[in-house]
Amino acid sequence: MRVVIAEDLALLRDGLIRLLSAGGFEVVEAVGNGPMLLRALTEHRPDVAVVDVRLPPSFSDEGLRAALEARRRVPGLPVLILSQYVEQLYARELLSDRSGGVGYLLKDRIGDVERFVESVRQVAGGGTAMDPEVVAQLLRRHTRDEPLAELTTREREVLELMAEGLSNLAIAARFGVTDKAVGKHTNNIFAKLGLPPSDDHNRRVMAVLTYLQAVPRPS
Amino acid sequence: MTGIRQVAEALRGLLLNAATGLAALGLLVMLAAGVLLVPVAGVGLLVVPRVLALVRLLARAQRWWAGGVLERDLDQRYRWRIGPGLRVPLGTAVRDPATWRDLGWLAAHSLTWPAPILLLAPLLLALDQVWSGVSAVEPGTQATFAISVAVVALAGTVLAVLPMLEGGQARLTGLLMRSDASLTGRVRELMASRAAVLDAQAAELRRIERDLHDGAQAKLIAIRMNLALLRSAPDPEQARALIDEAGEVAGQALAELRDLVRGIHPPVLADRGLAGAVEAAALLCPMPVHVEADLPEQLEAPLESAMYFAAAEALTNVAKHSGATAARVRLRHAEGVLRLAVWDNGRGGAGRAGGTGLRGIEHRLSALDGTLTVTSPPGGPTELTMELPCA
Repeated sequence: MRVVIAEDLALLRDGLIRLLSAGGFEVVEAVGNGPMLLRALTEHRPDVAVVDVRLPPSFSDEGLRAALEARRRVPGLPVLILSQYVEQLYARELLSDRSGGVGYLLKDRIGDVERFVESVRQVAGGGTAMDPEVVAQLLRRHTRDEPLAELTTREREVLELMAEGLSNLAIAARFGVTDKAVGKHTNNIFAKLGLPPSDDHNRRVMAVLTYLQAVPRPS
Repeated sequence: MTGIRQVAEALRGLLLNAATGLAALGLLVMLAAGVLLVPVAGVGLLVVPRVLALVRLLARAQRWWAGGVLERDLDQRYRWRIGPGLRVPLGTAVRDPATWRDLGWLAAHSLTWPAPILLLAPLLLALDQVWSGVSAVEPGTQATFAISVAVVALAGTVLAVLPMLEGGQARLTGLLMRSDASLTGRVRELMASRAAVLDAQAAELRRIERDLHDGAQAKLIAIRMNLALLRSAPDPEQARALIDEAGEVAGQALAELRDLVRGIHPPVLADRGLAGAVEAAALLCPMPVHVEADLPEQLEAPLESAMYFAAAEALTNVAKHSGATAARVRLRHAEGVLRLAVWDNGRGGAGRAGGTGLRGIEHRLSALDGTLTVTSPPGGPTELTMELPCA
């Protein structure tokens, strides 16, 4: 799988190259600023891009902007944004075109190499990888919300992992149960939240994230 | 011709003064009654703020008039705003020297406004006496001439005195609302707020130093210790435990640094400016928050930062305490004032006494010469208006 990396700090850029190469990716280019990223993405059209949100020359959210612009030019181009902090505003912008193939993770998560590489694959495959912190913030907004309060503890845990973008199989592995058991939970969750049932994994993730991002109903 | 115009203007000014004087007297009586009524089931607390609002409006009219006569700027700066329905934040108003300056003027003006009339009265009486003498003597005599001279002299005196009286009134107003007095006050205020800013900064730096020292720094040391132990770890089982622990501690250190950075200067503020950062803060609220921002240009960093933290604090208050189901944020920069209004439909009754939140906001804003106005009747809705002057 071909990957483009955008990270301005050499220490982290080299680390990412090493890590992704070891994970079986082919790093076609590693860039250090926004304009170069946009050029590299439109030129190489990689299978996935791993992008630091903050890049020169402006040292603002240049990486995110370049990635969003690249996705406008190359629809569906898979992009995983890395950041030192998570911001709902950015998560919303990333997810707004609803086409999947997006990820938004804290840089801390690179520490768990296996899971991080898995997330990159997930995004490359058109899936979603949202940081647990993003999901936790979203859920915190819904504390007073009726349908969510009706979920059992296990269903809530499943909802969290689903919102992060995990498949039934991955969730089952996390809990040490069968994926059939997880399937039952997800069906319950969709029924309780009043979301239309769907067999397509990515569409389900999008539905859950859209639900959580919507303004909560007053209880 | 200019003479006649001057006299006419003076006459108009004196009449205006008589009118504002009577109004001042009325307000003074109402204020006294209001203050006396405070112990009576708090009726006075309804009356006094509204009277203060009226006093301020009257003082503004007077300042405008006197400023015109003296050709001088008599503008006054207040720390409070008159809300809808003449609502006034009583606590802030009472602590504002500008309010007391207005009240001083009110008392003086309500007593001194008849002075021009008392001074003019003898002259006018004399003129009337002399004038009535005209009909008593035969025309064409020397007496007629003498009386005519007297009439002209007296009328001249009256006409000459009128502008002087008006000028006197204006000067009295100018003196009572002296801008150099307000300048000294301003200097004192600025020195106090500067000291507060420096104190707050020093305290903030100490906090950051302590957080780093006890937090991330200590954790990095722990990680190095784990790595050192790893060199001589006898078995793979133990090595794995050390690695896991080091990973865990590094994660905690990162989380701490992230929180610290967010407290110093939120990254989203650096990325997206005030409007974007306020929108990001609104997204974290558990109720729909409608954000309207009208910021034509980039603002100075200290202003953005102060207003962002004030807004974040206000939104946290709404989320935690108001019980609101909807909120609205309006951000505007116009006529040299950056204004942020946070409205919610919650239960109201928010006040500075209720918690440190509002006082914290006020403190933060006052360092930059800004103000906080709270309108929060019991039962709601609540509106906080934060204003920062910008050059």
